[in-house]
Amino acid sequence: MKADPRGVLTGVHFLDGDHACCEGALAAGCRCAFGYPITPSTEVVERIAQRLPTVGGVFLQMEDEIASSIAIQGAAWGGKKVLSVSSGPGISLMMEHIGLAAMTETPCVFVNVQRAGPSTGLPTLVAQADMMQARWGSHGDYEVIAICPNSPQECFDLTLHAFNLAETYRTPVMFMMDEAVGHMTERVVIPAAEQLEVVERRRPREKPSDQYALYRCEPGSRVPPMPPVGEGYRFHVTGLTHDERGYPVMNAEAQDKLVRRLVDKIRLAEPELARYEEFQVDDADVVLVAYGITSRVVQRSMRLARERGLKVGVFRPVVVWPFPERRLRELARRVKAFVVAELNLGQVVLEVERLAGGTRTVLASHAGGALHEPEAILKVVQEVLR
Amino acid sequence: MESLNVFAARLWPTENRFASGHRACQGCAEALAVRMIHGVLGRNTIVASATGCMEIISSSYPDTAWTVPWLHVAFENAAAVASGVEAGLKILVKKGKLPKRKITVVGMGGDGATADIGLQALSGAMERGHKMIYVCYDNEAYMNTGIQRSSSTPFGASTTTSPAGSLSVGQSTWKKNMPMVIAAHNVPYVATVNPSFPFDLASKVRKAQAANGPAYLHVYACCPTGWRMAPELAIAIGRLASRTGVFPLYEVENGKLHITVPTPKLSPLKEYIQPQGRFRHLDDATVAEIEKRVEEEYRKLERREGLVL
Repeated sequence: MKADPRGVLTGVHFLDGDHACCEGALAAGCRCAFGYPITPSTEVVERIAQRLPTVGGVFLQMEDEIASSIAIQGAAWGGKKVLSVSSGPGISLMMEHIGLAAMTETPCVFVNVQRAGPSTGLPTLVAQADMMQARWGSHGDYEVIAICPNSPQECFDLTLHAFNLAETYRTPVMFMMDEAVGHMTERVVIPAAEQLEVVERRRPREKPSDQYALYRCEPGSRVPPMPPVGEGYRFHVTGLTHDERGYPVMNAEAQDKLVRRLVDKIRLAEPELARYEEFQVDDADVVLVAYGITSRVVQRSMRLARERGLKVGVFRPVVVWPFPERRLRELARRVKAFVVAELNLGQVVLEVERLAGGTRTVLASHAGGALHEPEAILKVVQEVLR
Repeated sequence: MESLNVFAARLWPTENRFASGHRACQGCAEALAVRMIHGVLGRNTIVASATGCMEIISSSYPDTAWTVPWLHVAFENAAAVASGVEAGLKILVKKGKLPKRKITVVGMGGDGATADIGLQALSGAMERGHKMIYVCYDNEAYMNTGIQRSSSTPFGASTTTSPAGSLSVGQSTWKKNMPMVIAAHNVPYVATVNPSFPFDLASKVRKAQAANGPAYLHVYACCPTGWRMAPELAIAIGRLASRTGVFPLYEVENGKLHITVPTPKLSPLKEYIQPQGRFRHLDDATVAEIEKRVEEEYRKLERREGLVL
């Protein structure tokens, strides 16, 4: 389906990542957003508060992140495409409801403009230390999709993509920006509405009846269709373990059936979800792995290495969860080492290490507050190749 | 019991518990209120502060303004942390590990940290009856993150998340009545205070400190930056807030309501609204609507004067 032109601000703009993210959401058809101010994500909330009423949408500032993260789920069940935005401590407060969205299979997008933590940390400065929280921060077993943009243009493009994935897989999607990308201002090109492909929620083919089951998947699918409330379909939505009718069932069999499907619908979709970029990996001895803002820093490290005759390439996962594991395994078979650069003390590196098999994996860590120096990453590469 | 209603300039404490050199904006009446309140509270005080302007401006090394023990906690839990401090002190005294002396435990937060995200923790602390003072510094929006509306933002004020425009009057709901929410918890002492009325403020702080149980102070804190007004007007606007009935000064002592600065004839609201950029977009009809509501609320309060709520 094509995007609704009302929400598409077609043209060439000079926007920061936070504002571009807001425009991406509107272009994707998001008409309901609930949020709460927190640095460095406040700009998304401010822009969406101004823009949504002009395209027939609703923005509400809630009393806290707990309320924001659950109010959007109410709106999603009402049939809307929904968004909430936060950072650091706010995302921590949302965690219970992110698990609820995974359990109730509610399509929604959570934007996390990452800042340095733990706790209040460095509210105005960059980090990428919420990557494992994005994946498994709520209790229980579940999988979500997480996307890391590295430019304002991508904040637009990939927010739209995040909505499409949320609707396709009926899952919360974590849109993992960082302070640097959020506050970086660059040229953003927003195409015409007819050039933007937008996914709408799949509704049940059957008519409302006693036989209808809210969580019944069609053959070959792990994602049940989703009608909006109020159209006659029988609803029973709960965070308890439930059967395909949505009613609570308290036993191990129901738990296994439900949780396995919830996890598999994301984990086994890795081939179709995988999205990554590569630079000069064909002849590379060392591949730099980085995402978000750091994937731009390693470009410079790669050039510095090439100038010194070192064969270095870059692998950048765009969709970080589920990790593009097939491709990384292929690379692992022919490179000498991976150097993972991230603004934390070792999170995504654990996944790379797992997938690398015997291939050496080294972390270029940084606790956050600033970006890596490209030379520091180069130094790690030189040590690895020594 | 000592007479608490008399407070004169010569009685004002000279020692400063909230030192100068902090980073508040010019004309910040909130920082002024913090200084006044902690001057009166004195040395034996432990403060748990929520995230917010006062945390940011007062605590950065080496510019720390606090001369009393001070804990910065998260955004939503200052009242819970103050509860914990009070319970901990009590047990230490009981076990004889601390000498028995009067220590005042204070929880503090802005309007967002009190009326929005922190309401649950505050309500719990008030209900459990900890002997503590909770002070809400109400500058009527989230100023620390750059002027977003809160449930304490007055009707018609333009903020970045309730922007005024052709489709919006600005904030579209009426200010949450926090003092009455807390009064409904049947705590011994609730009062509204305003740094533009320092003696009224001081006597209320003393009463709060003497209260046998939780006390709540709701502080009017003019924010020139967020309200888009001249910083030198902060005190004058504070006076007008109480004179126009926008922020009436009263206390609820053991359930009994008493208006401490009676204003039988309210000043015209326009005088209060006009110097503030956040209300610039309001037309006369809307100002009249707000004035009517302010008057109604004030008369309601007057009718309850002397009554046990």
